[in-house]
Amino acid sequence: MVQIVDGRVAEQLARLDVPFNRYGYDAYGTSRAYISRWATIAYWFYENYFRVTTHRVHLIPDAGRGMLIGNHSGAIAIDGSMVLTSLIMEHDPPRMAHGMVEKFAYKQPFLSNMFNRLGQLTGVPGNAERILNDERLLLVFPEGARGTGKLYKDRYRMERFGTGFMRLALSTGTPIIPFAFIGGEEAIPQVMHINWLAKVLGTPYIPVTPYLAPLPLPVKCDIYYGEPMHFEGDGTEADEVILSYVDLVKRRVAELMREGLEARGDALPPQTWESP
Amino acid sequence: MKVLVTGISSAIGRMLTRRLLAAGWQVIGIDRRPWPDAPEGVEVFRADIRKRPAEEVFRTHRPKAVIHMATVSHFTTSFEERYRINLGGTQAVFDNCERYGVEQAIFVGRHTVYGAMPDAPMYHSEEDPPLGGSTFPELADLVAADLYAGSALWRMPELDTVVLRIVYTLGPSRYGNLARFLETGRVPTVMGFDPLYQFIHEEDAAQAIAVALQQRLRGIYNVAGPQPVPLSLLIKISGGKAWPIPEPLYNAFLGRFGLPKLPAGAINHIKHPVVLDASAFREATDYTHQFDEVQTMNAFRWA
Repeated sequence: MVQIVDGRVAEQLARLDVPFNRYGYDAYGTSRAYISRWATIAYWFYENYFRVTTHRVHLIPDAGRGMLIGNHSGAIAIDGSMVLTSLIMEHDPPRMAHGMVEKFAYKQPFLSNMFNRLGQLTGVPGNAERILNDERLLLVFPEGARGTGKLYKDRYRMERFGTGFMRLALSTGTPIIPFAFIGGEEAIPQVMHINWLAKVLGTPYIPVTPYLAPLPLPVKCDIYYGEPMHFEGDGTEADEVILSYVDLVKRRVAELMREGLEARGDALPPQTWESP
Repeated sequence: MKVLVTGISSAIGRMLTRRLLAAGWQVIGIDRRPWPDAPEGVEVFRADIRKRPAEEVFRTHRPKAVIHMATVSHFTTSFEERYRINLGGTQAVFDNCERYGVEQAIFVGRHTVYGAMPDAPMYHSEEDPPLGGSTFPELADLVAADLYAGSALWRMPELDTVVLRIVYTLGPSRYGNLARFLETGRVPTVMGFDPLYQFIHEEDAAQAIAVALQQRLRGIYNVAGPQPVPLSLLIKISGGKAWPIPEPLYNAFLGRFGLPKLPAGAINHIKHPVVLDASAFREATDYTHQFDEVQTMNAFRWA
């Protein structure tokens, strides 16, 4: 098999903070060879297609646990891919982030394998906790599939945030690194969903764009990282308390979104909050 | 000090026996199969653990400890027979332990009790529910035996019971479920799935059982060795060839074209991983494995 791996990608991956065994696999099934190939493609898109500008990547800690929390967009995980790419290619030292994948993906042939080899694990609390206790970075979109399945008319209006991430951050003593991803909503403008087909295929949704296929347009994208946020607690707090913390994170993400949208001449649409 | 090993004639039973002798135990065994060249001083009783002659061994020899590893899997035994041996046998062994003053009982179980699912956490700790019977119905008897053995912890508080859930064993004996799956050389995988497989060298497994006995462990523990590897890599390094079969055709292909025969439920264990977090056992005993994943695969391949 011909392996075309970008030189700079290979350089960064050689320094990646993942303990690979002698065949290039870590304890979660992450494969150095897979990531190399994937990152070569993703980095091409990052540089040439979405022309991503990453702001303040230095705010990501050089080592140790951390939870990346951002707004979700782009129907087919463009945001996640570009965030992972920015951490591998722009951060020094390069860092691997483990995302939490919709359960349906792990039931599908090839998808299940691909996500596993890329270190993107089934989105269950047990996996998230283990990744953090292993001093790695966890990438979480608390909007879940509600977020990626947003229609174009609702762009940059965040859906409800789940609360599981906050309880986990408290119980594991993990700093939260907020970020905003700008551009994903325009890259795949979803005008409608085919719900019956989604039901048949067992996927959360099937997006339809004005040009039908959910393929991304070459929209310029931006990633804005924010200062790590530390919360005190042990994760057993009342819902009311947790919701107020979640709200602080969501407001911080909204601020970063506002910064990004205003930089390109747009305004942040009105948001709904988890606690008044 | 006397220890009784059920299923002593198995490959791991023999390895375990040598270790126990070296540690100064007097070893007796029960098995339906013979062990003709058993080491000197090891008495092997040809008996069925559910029957009276087995109880007679308890009565006359009064072992201080019992290691129960006489369980069978779907590869060799029919459904009804498995229930009789695995669950009925485990019940008989624990009843005898209570009746004849045994102080320590070790149940040697399997990691597959947790079941293989797409939506489970990748690593299972001892607290996870044993869903093996729902994902692979042929495991239901072993799940029941595992839980039954665990219930001795509260039913028989004066007996120090430990349930060990050990990952697949692999090694030069070429015995065991994983070896059977790999040894035909043509290994049927499910196209598009390449789960992590976790295995331990059979000598390391024997050592872990010996350690549990020596340290008089009590409770339920996962036992694992090196980190898991993808099934495709396991097949390749152990000298076989993967045959990826599309899932809808999978069960139709099994048992044909030189492929091994597996029960229908096995497919979940070939699509999804069952991986253990064995840190509790390591912390409780200071146990470490001697063979890493590469040495273990090579030991199997070149035996």
